[in-house]
This record gives sequence, C-alpha cells and structure tokens, in this order.
Amino acid sequence: MAEFSTPTTAQEFAENFAQLKPLMNRTEALYESSRCLFCFDAPCIQACPSGIDIPQFIRQINSGNVTGSARTIYEANYFGNACGKVCPTEVLCEGACVYNLQDVKPIEIGRLQSYATTAAIKENKKLFGPGPANGRRVAVIGAGPAGISAACELRSLGYEVTVFEAKAQPSGLTVYGVAPYKITNEEALAEMAYLQGQFGYEVRYHAPITGRANLAALEAEYDAIFLGIGLGKTSALGLPGEDKINCVGAVEFIEELRMRQAEMQVGRTVIVLGGGNTAMDAASEAARLGAETVLLAYRRGKEEMGAYEFEYSLAKGVGVKGLFNVAPLEIVGDDYVAGVRFIRTAVVDGRVQEVPGTEFVQPCDMVIKATGQAKQTHFLHHIPGLELDNRGRIVADAMGQTTNPQYFTSGDARNGGAEVVNAAAEAKVAARGIYAYLSQ
Amino acid sequence: MPDLSINFAGIKSPNPFWLASAPPTNSGYQVMKAFDAGWGGAVWKTLGVPVINVSSRYGGVNYRDKRLVGFNNIELISDRPLADNLREITEVKKRFPDHAVIASLMVQSRQEWHDIVRQSQDAGADGFELNFGCPHGMCERGMGSAVGQEPKILQMIVEWVMEVAQKPVIVKLTPNISDITEPALAARRGGADAISLINTIQSIVGVDLDQFSPYPIVDGQGTNGGYCGPAVKPIALNMVKNCAQHPEVRLPISGIGGIENWRDAVEHILLGASSVQVCTAAMHFGFGIIREMVSGLEQYMVEKNFQTIYDFVGKALPNVRHWEDLNMKYQVKAHIHEEKCIGCQLCYTACEDGAHQAIRLQAGTRTPAIIEENCVGCNLCSLVCPVDECITMERRDDGSQHLTWKERTDAGNIPTEFNDEKAGGRHHWVPEPAAALGKERHKTLPGKARALGVG
Ligand SMILES: Cc1cc2nc3c(=O)[nH]c(=O)nc-3n(C[C@H](O)[C@H](O)[C@H](O)COP(=O)(O)OP(=O)(O)OC[C@H]3O[C@@H](n4cnc5c(N)ncnc54)[C@H](O)[C@@H]3O)c2cc1C
Ligand SMILES: Cc1cc2nc3c(=O)[nH]c(=O)nc-3n(C[C@H](O)[C@H](O)[C@H](O)COP(=O)(O)O)c2cc1C
Ligand code: SF4
Ligand code: SF4
Ligand code: SF4
Repeated sequence: MAEFSTPTTAQEFAENFAQLKPLMNRTEALYESSRCLFCFDAPCIQACPSGIDIPQFIRQINSGNVTGSARTIYEANYFGNACGKVCPTEVLCEGACVYNLQDVKPIEIGRLQSYATTAAIKENKKLFGPGPANGRRVAVIGAGPAGISAACELRSLGYEVTVFEAKAQPSGLTVYGVAPYKITNEEALAEMAYLQGQFGYEVRYHAPITGRANLAALEAEYDAIFLGIGLGKTSALGLPGEDKINCVGAVEFIEELRMRQAEMQVGRTVIVLGGGNTAMDAASEAARLGAETVLLAYRRGKEEMGAYEFEYSLAKGVGVKGLFNVAPLEIVGDDYVAGVRFIRTAVVDGRVQEVPGTEFVQPCDMVIKATGQAKQTHFLHHIPGLELDNRGRIVADAMGQTTNPQYFTSGDARNGGAEVVNAAAEAKVAARGIYAYLSQ
Repeated sequence: MPDLSINFAGIKSPNPFWLASAPPTNSGYQVMKAFDAGWGGAVWKTLGVPVINVSSRYGGVNYRDKRLVGFNNIELISDRPLADNLREITEVKKRFPDHAVIASLMVQSRQEWHDIVRQSQDAGADGFELNFGCPHGMCERGMGSAVGQEPKILQMIVEWVMEVAQKPVIVKLTPNISDITEPALAARRGGADAISLINTIQSIVGVDLDQFSPYPIVDGQGTNGGYCGPAVKPIALNMVKNCAQHPEVRLPISGIGGIENWRDAVEHILLGASSVQVCTAAMHFGFGIIREMVSGLEQYMVEKNFQTIYDFVGKALPNVRHWEDLNMKYQVKAHIHEEKCIGCQLCYTACEDGAHQAIRLQAGTRTPAIIEENCVGCNLCSLVCPVDECITMERRDDGSQHLTWKERTDAGNIPTEFNDEKAGGRHHWVPEPAAALGKERHKTLPGKARALGVG
C-alpha cells in the first residue's frame, strides 16, 4: 500500500511534500529562542560552515530585534533562509548544540534562522547595499548558491557584477535539486529576489556560457571571472538498457519534479539505484508522488550507505524499502523499463564482489539512477591553464583562485559536491580573493 | 493526615491559604467559587469610598518565554456599591460558616471608619483588614499608602477602628517605606491584632517603545502602579522576616507577595507567617491552583512530621542572622562534575568576566576546570550552570573553627588598613589588566571574518 496518493492539485502536492521545517510563528520563535543558553565560544558556531554567530542571532530574536537577527545571519551567509531550511542541521549546528549532551532536544537553529530571515524578506528590509563603485567588473558563471553569494559579496566590495545563468531561474540546485519538502520554489526564489534587490547585480538567464568563444569574450570584458557552475548531469552507469524510457537520472528526475510539481508523473513500482543522499531524496520523492512500491537498491550493506542516517530514516518513514548487497547488471524491458536484473554481492575485505549464480530480475516500471553527478570537464577544458584534480574538481587556493589567475571558483565545482552552506560560505572567501587579486 | 487548620489572631480557617483582597474577591460569586475549590479564606476586595476605575489597568513583566513573572495594576478599591458587597458577605458566611471572610476596608474620617466597621461586622465578617497599602490613586486622596507611610496617622486610625471593632483587626502594610517595622510597631501600638504584608510595590513595569508611555497605557499615557507576582517574593520574604524577628512587633503575620505554589507558602511560613494570601497566581491561573498548594503543603508536613502549621511557623528565623554573625571560617569551593558537564562554558565566562577568574578552559575538551586557589566560593558558576548538580559547592574547611566579624570586632582583631595581613583582599589574585587584551576577540567571530581566518 502506498503511503501517499498521487497529488493532482497544488494543494495535494503541498500536503504530500509538507515542509520538514515549517515557518515558526512568533510564539514558537520566542519559546525556542528562550531555551538557547548563549554558550561561550559556542560549539554550534564552530559546526556551521559559514560560521554564523548563532547565539547572537537567537538572542536578537528573543529580544524582539528580528531585523538585527537577519542581519547577523546574512552577514555570514547570503543563503540564510535557504540554509535554515535545507542544511543537514542534524550533523552541523544542531548536532553540535550542547543540549545533545544533556539528552535534551537541541535548539532548532535552522528554523529560528528561517524565522528571522523570512521576516526580513517578507518586509523587504533594507539591510545591505552595494559598496562604492570601484570601476571594475566581474563576470559570474552560474546563479547557484556559489554564484549568487559571490555576486552579493562582490557588489558589497564595489564591483559591477553580471551573472550568466543557463537556466531560467536563480539559486541553482536550491530550486532545481533540493527536495521540495525542504524548501518550496517560492521560498527559494523570494530570497533570490530579496538579495538582488539589496545588492543590485545583473543576472542574464538562458545565458549558458558554452565554448571558447564565449569565455574569450568574458575574459576580454571582465576583470575577473567567478566559476559557480556546480556539477553536471547524472553520470551514466554504462549498463545495457540504460536508454529505455523511464530510466532516468536522479538530478533530472528531481529537476522535473520541482518544475512540474503536481503534474509530475512517477512509475507505480520504482527502483532507485544508489545509497547517497540524492538516492534517499529521489526515493522519498517517488513515494510522495504516489508510487506504490519504492525500492532502494544499494551495492553494499545498509550501514555502509553514504547518506546521512536521518535522510535514510526519512525515506523509510514514507515507506521506502531497502534492497541491499545487490548490483545492477541490466535494465530489462522493451521500449519501456520492465525491471532491473541484479546480482547479489558480498563485501570481502572492504571490496564489493558479485556472488556468482545469484542473478535475479526485480520487476519495476521506473528506474532512477542516483549514482552521482558528472563533472563539467568538457566545458572547463576551454579555460586556458585551468587545472582539475584527478576527480575532476577545479584546483584552487585558499582564496578560491584557480590556476588561471583571472578565474576564481567555489561550490560544488570545486569541492566536488557538498551542501548549499559550503558553496555560500566558500563563495564569500573567493569574492575576497578576487578583491585581493584586483587590488594588487 | 496533618492538620492544616489555623486560628489566626482569632480568625479560624480550614487551611492557611487565603485569597488576598483583590479582583479574585470582588464578589460573592467568586468567593463562593474559591471556597468550593478549597481556599480557606478570603479577604474581600477593599470596601470604602466610591471610586471610578480607568480602562486598561494591568501591566505585566515577561521574562523570555515566561509570562507575568511580575504584574502591576493601577486599579482602585471596589467600585461596587457597599450594600451589594455587604449583602454578599452575609450570603457567603451563611453558606461557608467555617471559612474565613475578612473585610478589607479603606475610608477617611473617624466617623466613616466607625460606620464601615460596624456595617461589615453586622454583615458577618470574621475580621477586618485595614488597607494602608495601595500605592496609587487612593494615596493621592490621602488613603492607602499615604497612611501606611505615616506611622502616627496609621496608629491613630487603628485606634479609631479598635473603638468599635469586635472582631480581629489586621493591618496591611505597604512596602513603599524604608523600614517595614515602623508601621508594624505603629499597628501594635494602635492595638491591632495582626499584620499582613506586603501590599504592592510602586512600580513602572515597562515602557512602550513606540508610544513612549509606561504600561498599562490609558489613552497614550500611564501612571505608576503597584507591583506584585513572583518577582516580589524575595522582597516580601525579607519584610516578613523583619517583622517576625522584631522583638516588639509580636503580632501574627499574614504573609503576602509572590506566592504561587506550596513552596512559596512554606517559605513565608518558615519566616514567620501563619497565614498566607494569594492574588496574582489566582488571577493568572484561576482558583484551581489551590489543589496543588494544599497537596504540596500536606506532603511536606507528612515528610517533616509536622502535625500543625504552628510546628514550623518561623522555623527558619533563628538561621537568619546579621552578616556580622556569619562564620568567616566556613569555606566552600566550586567543583565541576565532569561527567555531567555539557560544555556550554557559561561557568567559565561568568567567573572570568563576572567574578574571580577562577575557571580556565582546557585543551581538548569543552569542560572547564576550577582554579582552586582563585575560587572564593561565591556560588556564581553553580548558579549559571544549566545542568542540575553539575557544579556543586564543596566544603573545604574542617568545621572545627568558628569566627565572626562581630567576634573579631569584639576582640579588636579587625583589619584597619588594606595591607594588613588580616585584610580580605591581600591574597585576592587578579590578572594584570593588559592580559585582557585580545582574549575575547577570536571567539564568536562573525562568519565572514572566521571564514577568512582573520583575527
Ligand atoms: C538531489 C540533490 C539534493 C540536494 N539536497 C541538498 C540539501 O538538502 N541541502 C543542502 O544543503 N544541499 C543539498 N544539495 C547540494 C546543494 O544543492 C549543492 O551543494 C549546491 O547547490 C551547490 O551550489 P553551486 O552554486 O556550487 O552549484 P549549483 O547549485 O549546481 O549551481 C550551479 C548553477 O550554475 C549554472 N550553470 C552551470 N554551468 C553553467 C554554464 N556553463 N553557464 C551558465 N550557467 C551554468 C547551473 O544552471 C546552476 O544554476 C543537494 C544536491 C542534489 C543534487
Ligand atoms: C554581587 C553584587 C554586588 C554589588 N555591589 C555593589 C556595590 O559595591 N556598589 C553598588 O553601588 N551597587 C552594588 N550592587 C548593586 C548593583 O550595582 C545594581 O544596582 C543592582 O544589582 C541592580 O541591577 P541589576 O538588576 O542589573 O542587577 C551589587 C550587585 C551585586 C549583584
Ligand atoms: S550550542 Fe545550543 S544552546 Fe549553545 S549557543 Fe548554540 S544553540 Fe544555543
Ligand atoms: S564559586 Fe565563584 S569564584 Fe569560585 S569558580 Fe565559581 S564563580 Fe568562580
Ligand atoms: S556551566 Fe556547567 S555544563 Fe556548562 S561548561 Fe560549566 S560545568 Fe559544564
């Protein structure tokens, strides 16, 4: 029995994808902020990749200075609301909260953060503005967390900034990739509109930077270029039958889900291949779209999955079943997916080995491959002198400068795929790096 | 089962819990409901001269998420017709003959006092409480705290009342005075049978930051009111103690101020009260709180093996001493129970910034450590620690020595100059002032600076 019936209206969609971290009301924010101990050299700050002064912003909420609280948050992290909602707080700030050691529920830092920033966004509070113009121009490629954060910081340093974005909307995977029960499209885009209103950078949509010619034009026109291009499409598995209809990549599946919402179609029996956070998301999402059976197939044992514990619990909670120690051999079916042929595996000395003679076909009508995103190596090779490491990540120094001095980078393209908060935090540093470079 | 009943200066009551003269005792309806719920007595909302109240009357003090830790009002005495109140007193007494109904009174002239005492006596009141406490409105008309602050006038009015009163007379004292025992003594000299304290404390509970007016706001303006609720208990306890310890006051005391549960009541009783009165808590939570109060008091008495309230009235008084009588040889030092510590480091920052720099941070753990030789045993760290029993104050002297300031003074052994070896501060270590610089800056840096590794 499916836990969810297929949503057909916006309201049903909103119910099936109800927010995990709904907006607090004033009373809840007051109660929760009252609990914060105002720890000295607070461990929650240390656990936040963007180093938000958490006890300070919570105390500001508690004393009724919600605007000041939003300022504290945005000073450290331009994706303040998005991070409050989508950060894996269980393993970051909230996981570090001292209350955990007392077996008391940690402070709901993420929701408090969203409470303060949402208020600023809703009232369009003027908190920041561009710095005095310094006559220099920076191009930002990609309007994701990295690109937009860099644009904000660069504007505050006085640069003229143009952002080139391939897609139709800003915020990158925040709106195209993160699970809809973490943040709604409206929420993600409202923060982007707010930031653009504060800092006044230009964004050109449907403006992919593709080849050498494009890049050369940017190099000539701009003093520096920031690469916030993230990762690419889902990597191919190289399995026979991978091209059948209804065998899709997780990133593509989720992007379609986020754009089409209630119009999204899902199979009745879905197999998700993978054991990372994206696999958990895709499985949860398929279940919430009304799939009757969702199987999560992973090559190793349950304990070895890369996904966070709480992400797996979330998937289990919506009825997703695990199929462990199996490797896919082939996607079977005619034009359409009809099943996956698996072979059982065993982990010997840490290595996955197929167990001969254990092949079986698991029937399904949809396969979602959550087996990682490809790097944009092809595009990056058009940048002269730009070095990539052996995993396809852009090589850069502590200030985000790449081996082509005119280019800077941060976010997934550089760290290989982390969280929104990492991209946002690292982009601020890279913007400072550009400042240092152009001030020489 | 212990016996909770009291005989307070001749006023009998099934338990020591009375409703104080205030809105909860405004009508026969409320008082009957309260008695039905389990209250032992009620001091009727003050009867007296005709008044008019303003609209918007109360203000509150909230602490973080806690509402009404303090409460104030600018209300006057009963605005209902005297005849209605008297009729209802009669009705209540008929229905609840064993409960205490006390008429609270406030008028001006001798004749008025005589009249109102006789009228309420005839209505069946078990006693009187003279309201010399109200710190707003009534005092501007020469009543309430205007009387309570003038011991001579207070005494004179008590004498007028005693001329006609056939039931016990309680004088309710205002705390808006520097020595509470002065009006207490005046009450005694005037012949009163008991005192009750405290009435509300003159206060402004807050200022509206947008309207630039104190709370409660009446058409854009406000006035000082009377403060009460949990926040005033410490002040009330001290004043109750002062009256209870004074060798010449020697009157039964009805304790009032910040009582909300059985513990608060027991504290008042241990410091000398033999009945207690409650207002704010009943206004906040309703009459139902009486069940918890009675049950808590009973349980306490069972555990302590007290048969009656009088077994512990004033039991803490012998231990409330003057500072000069305290044993200076007693020595406690803070001890951190590491297994309980959650690493908030509040103790560290409290002692470092607010006390004696006797706690240090340690590498590799968030649990701080006490620097024994610097710890003066002030308690601060144990008070700020959020974990129960995590920091305890451990006794370090062997208990064999006893020396008070008074004994030292009497023996001519007190320090007379700062460098005297006997002086307290000689061995009080403090760091060099300049050692403070830069110590705080690297902590809690805003994200930007932290990310850049600045600072
Ligand atoms: C399925 C999924 C779920 C996730 N869930 C979470 C989560 O719950 N919480 C969390 O914190 N993180 C999550 N993440 C990770 C997070 O989304 C990323 O770490 C973050 O978005 C990285 O930001 P970025 O700016 O580096 O890249 P992106 O967000 O990928 O943004 C890159 C942008 O650049 C644009 N672009 C790329 N190439 C070009 C080009 N050549 N020209 C012009 N534009 C270009 C893209 O269209 C995109 O808008 C998730 C990721 C995935 C895939
Ligand atoms: C431990 C302690 C010692 C104090 N010592 C003094 C003092 O030496 N001189 C003084 O004028 N007030 C002294 N005070 C009173 C405070 O200055 C202040 O008036 C009072 O604490 C009320 O303010 P608060 O509510 O912010 O604490 C002391 C207070 C405390 C808590
Ligand atoms: S660790 Fe928890 S209690 Fe301490 S400051 Fe951070 S949120 Fe507040
Ligand atoms: S008792 Fe006082 S002096 Fe001693 S460690 Fe605690 S705060 Fe510091
Ligand atoms: S206040 Fe208590 S819990 Fe916090 S660090 Fe000190 S000892 Fe540990």
